[in-house]
Amino acid sequence: MQRIGVFVCWCGSNISATVDVEKVSAVLALEPNVVISQNYQYMCSENGQALIRNSIKEHNLTGVVVCSCSPRMHEATFRRACESAGLNPYMLEVANIREQVSWIHKDIEEATEKAIILGRTAIAKLRLNTPLTAGESPVIKRALVIGGGIAGIQSALDIAEAGYEVDIVEKSPTIGGNMAKLDKTFPTLDCAACILTPKMVDCAQNEKIDILTFSEIESVKGFVGNFKVGIRKKARFVNEKLCTGCGVCTQKCPSKRGLNDFNMNLNTRPAIYIPFAQAIPNVAIIDPEQCLKLKNGKCGLCAMQCPTKAIDYTQQDEIVEREYGAIVVATGYKPISLENFNEYGYSTYKDVVTSLEFERIMNAAGPTSGHLERPSDHKQPKVITFIQCVGSRDTSGCGKPYCSKICCMYTAKHAMLVREKYPDTQVNIFYIDVRTPGKNYDEFYRRAVEQYGVNYIKGMVGKVYKEGDNLVVQGSDLINNEQLLIKSDMVVLAAAIEPDPSVRKIATLLTTSIDTNNFLTEAHAKLKPVESPTAGIFLSGVCQGPKDIPETVSQASACAAKVIGLLAKDKLKCNASTAGADEMLCTGCSLCENVCPYGAITYIDKEFRLGGGRTEVRRVASVNPAVCQGCGACTVTCPSGAMDLKGFSTKQIMAEVDAICKN
Amino acid sequence: MQELNKEHKPLIVAFCCNWCSYAGADLAGSSRLSYPANVKIIRVPCSCRVNPTFILKAFQKGADGVILCGCHPGDCHYTSGNYYARRRMTLLFSMLDYLGIERERTRVEWVSAAEGAKFSKVMNEFAKTICELGENKRLEDLRCKD
Amino acid sequence: MQRLEVAFLEKAKELLSSGQVNRVLAYKKGEFCYDVSPAVFYSVEELENAVYNGFCGANLSKYLIQESKKEGKVAVFLKPCDTYSFNQLIKEHRVNRENVYVVGIECQGKFSIEKFYKTGVGFVASVQEDLDSVLVNGETKIDRNAVKLERCLVCKKQHVVYDELLVINEKKDGDLDRFEMVKKLEAMTADERFAFWKEQLSKCIRCNACRNVCPACTCTKCVFDNDDSQISSKANADSFEEKLFHIIRAFHVAGRCTDCGECSRVCPQNIPLHLLNRKYISDINEFYGEFEAGKDIAQKGPLTNYTTGDIEPNDFKGGNK
Repeated sequence: MQRIGVFVCWCGSNISATVDVEKVSAVLALEPNVVISQNYQYMCSENGQALIRNSIKEHNLTGVVVCSCSPRMHEATFRRACESAGLNPYMLEVANIREQVSWIHKDIEEATEKAIILGRTAIAKLRLNTPLTAGESPVIKRALVIGGGIAGIQSALDIAEAGYEVDIVEKSPTIGGNMAKLDKTFPTLDCAACILTPKMVDCAQNEKIDILTFSEIESVKGFVGNFKVGIRKKARFVNEKLCTGCGVCTQKCPSKRGLNDFNMNLNTRPAIYIPFAQAIPNVAIIDPEQCLKLKNGKCGLCAMQCPTKAIDYTQQDEIVEREYGAIVVATGYKPISLENFNEYGYSTYKDVVTSLEFERIMNAAGPTSGHLERPSDHKQPKVITFIQCVGSRDTSGCGKPYCSKICCMYTAKHAMLVREKYPDTQVNIFYIDVRTPGKNYDEFYRRAVEQYGVNYIKGMVGKVYKEGDNLVVQGSDLINNEQLLIKSDMVVLAAAIEPDPSVRKIATLLTTSIDTNNFLTEAHAKLKPVESPTAGIFLSGVCQGPKDIPETVSQASACAAKVIGLLAKDKLKCNASTAGADEMLCTGCSLCENVCPYGAITYIDKEFRLGGGRTEVRRVASVNPAVCQGCGACTVTCPSGAMDLKGFSTKQIMAEVDAICKN
Repeated sequence: MQELNKEHKPLIVAFCCNWCSYAGADLAGSSRLSYPANVKIIRVPCSCRVNPTFILKAFQKGADGVILCGCHPGDCHYTSGNYYARRRMTLLFSMLDYLGIERERTRVEWVSAAEGAKFSKVMNEFAKTICELGENKRLEDLRCKD
Repeated sequence: MQRLEVAFLEKAKELLSSGQVNRVLAYKKGEFCYDVSPAVFYSVEELENAVYNGFCGANLSKYLIQESKKEGKVAVFLKPCDTYSFNQLIKEHRVNRENVYVVGIECQGKFSIEKFYKTGVGFVASVQEDLDSVLVNGETKIDRNAVKLERCLVCKKQHVVYDELLVINEKKDGDLDRFEMVKKLEAMTADERFAFWKEQLSKCIRCNACRNVCPACTCTKCVFDNDDSQISSKANADSFEEKLFHIIRAFHVAGRCTDCGECSRVCPQNIPLHLLNRKYISDINEFYGEFEAGKDIAQKGPLTNYTTGDIEPNDFKGGNK
């Protein structure tokens, strides 16, 4: 038998001016199970809480109903009061007689009557309450960072710095990501390699960080604090532990026709190669498409030459399984494919290049050793025309509707670098708008215009075509309202960026959400920008939205701070209001699993006694309380009524319906 | 009939999700935006917790109108709960309509935590509609009424 | 048509005697030619009582929930419509597929004995079947369509799951529109619709036959028998008070009902219960795209799925006012 105490709050005059609180407490005192009913001026005050605490002890209460303001306001306060008096905090119900009664009704009789009904409804629900305990789950003190670009590197370094172990899983043979390919960085024009490679080395040398390159996420199980992740280490045909990165093999390899993807396919590389000089790990890898030994069994030169016997043609993919408390997604971006933009002639003319290709051409470690020359005839271009917003801010469906954010700045950078090194080169830039919000960004752009004499043209380009040896850019100048035909030796396209395509599979594995542009969704656009809606999954860098390097690094550190905050906890408190299936009713039909947004429901084959010594194995739903967030979607999908939600059970809600409709 | 309707005080049950609509009702309250006292709110974690049986039971017990309020599509605290609720309610309401039960007696509204004014407006309008419809006779169940 | 029954018996015997299965789920004859019922046969001798004819309307798929859990393999003869139900049960993990050997058997539409009586033939002692007609008591020839169950007149189903097919003559699809009556009801006024359903559902005696025969109603314990669900109820005081049961039952099978029509076939009060299920099917098709439960089990069910642009509950067109 429940022993219920009712506490009616005046809220000063907020409630008592329109609700006859004396009458409410007197009428509710007559309800079955109610052993004490009182009213007080400020129930949330220390004195009011003391009244509740003392009554619980004095009257041996098993449940408390507070008629007061909204539960969204003081439910937590009153729960604590109950708990400190030794009552389970979930044996409390709040009847909202302020926001739902006194503040919106003027007639005292009407308001009092409604307050009584809401009080009765709360009592009716409370009669069916059961003590709930929020479960606890331990936290595995290790983080996984998916992606080894600058975002992943920064997050990993910060997490390791705080003393936690981190694994970086990178799908390509080296960490470094897109930033490693860049020449200089805006707005300071310091060289990308000079600021990135030391961080890469830090990662390699930090004993808390384990780098798994040429590896991909294969499976993810578990939940916040307890993820189990399967990682596929793809075969690189070189033993990473033995290889010293001496590079002898790459010189001896007779097959040199593979395209060098680090140089944006602008030149070739041997079948066995090290992606670039500062690669981490500095270990060779064999491209099986190009290797003569792997293709037809004839060759084996590299194995013969290798001083440490690191070459292993029989190496297979390997799956390693590791456990993590938190996962950081830092999968980054790639430039979009330009197949929908034939008007710019990218696939037709060799001298139409993308900005990232231009970075490699300008880079001292690139295919031209930093000498500006155009791909077709290696001549130094005299006129270069840049086209911005190729596929960005495009609502035609060919490109992306969003602004890629980085192109205005890097195009200004490219223009400046060209004019600096080759002052006799004419540089034109077609733009829609120049967007330079950022510290020292607009100053940077103005320098390009004012100091370096870059010719900015506001307008769109209609097409790029060839005339003799040269390209002609046909575009409009909106300010002077004229059509332009600009003869150019080279055209550089600022292609839009999009999330790396690998992110779709990863988002599915992590059961986290993704928007229509394949960017990962944050838990709250303003207040939780680095957390995904799935607990324990964090977002770092461009996978969440376009960003430049300073922003990416800030976000990566913010992300690390959230991860550290999680890993610092020994145990996580779970949501107490969780779903659960009555195994005697469950038929194992899987409908509930299909609607659970959190993947909290699994099925187990359980043996049941049928009587007479016989048993039966049945498939029944099993809810992981650490993952369940208590939405209740499963309860309605379940035809048998086996699935119910603690704290909002079918019986409790039906009792509320009954109590409201009775009057 | 008209006169009878005036005397009849219809009963309206409003299921509100905890994160958006219940907060919207709170905002209506703190903004002193009134709506009829015969609207009684039941708090549920999410609109997807509302089982068609709750709604039918309310009608059986004598409710004259039932309204379900949840977060706007796309804003669900649990990411997808209101999408499931939307399909369930569409099918349920269509079935009630098919049985010849006045479709105006049931309603779904998406009310955010910032839409106190909308909450009050929706409840006023719904209460007016129900008043005009009069007492629910087609779904009541004498067994369930005390 | 008698050739089909002979082939059926041969196949059943072959499956049993070869040891491929240790029992056969099919139909056995009753006292009269029309009271055929589902039965499990364990031996070739028992198969003497097995039949397959126009009165074998019962959907055998639901029996497989229990049968497939038993020791050894069971063979079953499933009509096209039965295979949809069986497939849906596979999707919901209710049957153990490995333990079932499915023979998809030809069906040219099953009979309603009431329709025989309506033709005025009187007592039906024997029926000889042909593809388009039947010969009653050896003398009266009747068009086959005139005695077919309503569900067979609209049936366009083909076997969707089987291990082998036993088909001599190709199936002729029913050419009527299964949603015709649903549309007719939708075109009525709300008052007319209410009057129609009040009359129909008031006949309900809550015998639960519809629920017990339904292959989608497979709960261990029905919510209507469970006090905790708060909807199990006392005997009704007013004749229309069983409506909640029918609305909820239809809702529970919405998106899962294969429109096998068993509920209406077994209803002793002849309530057209399939019209509730078909309303849901027609709404689902209209609102969320064509969906046929049991046809493709890889497809997500309409109530466990959504799109961000789904129709709003206040906005559907609905029937007349």
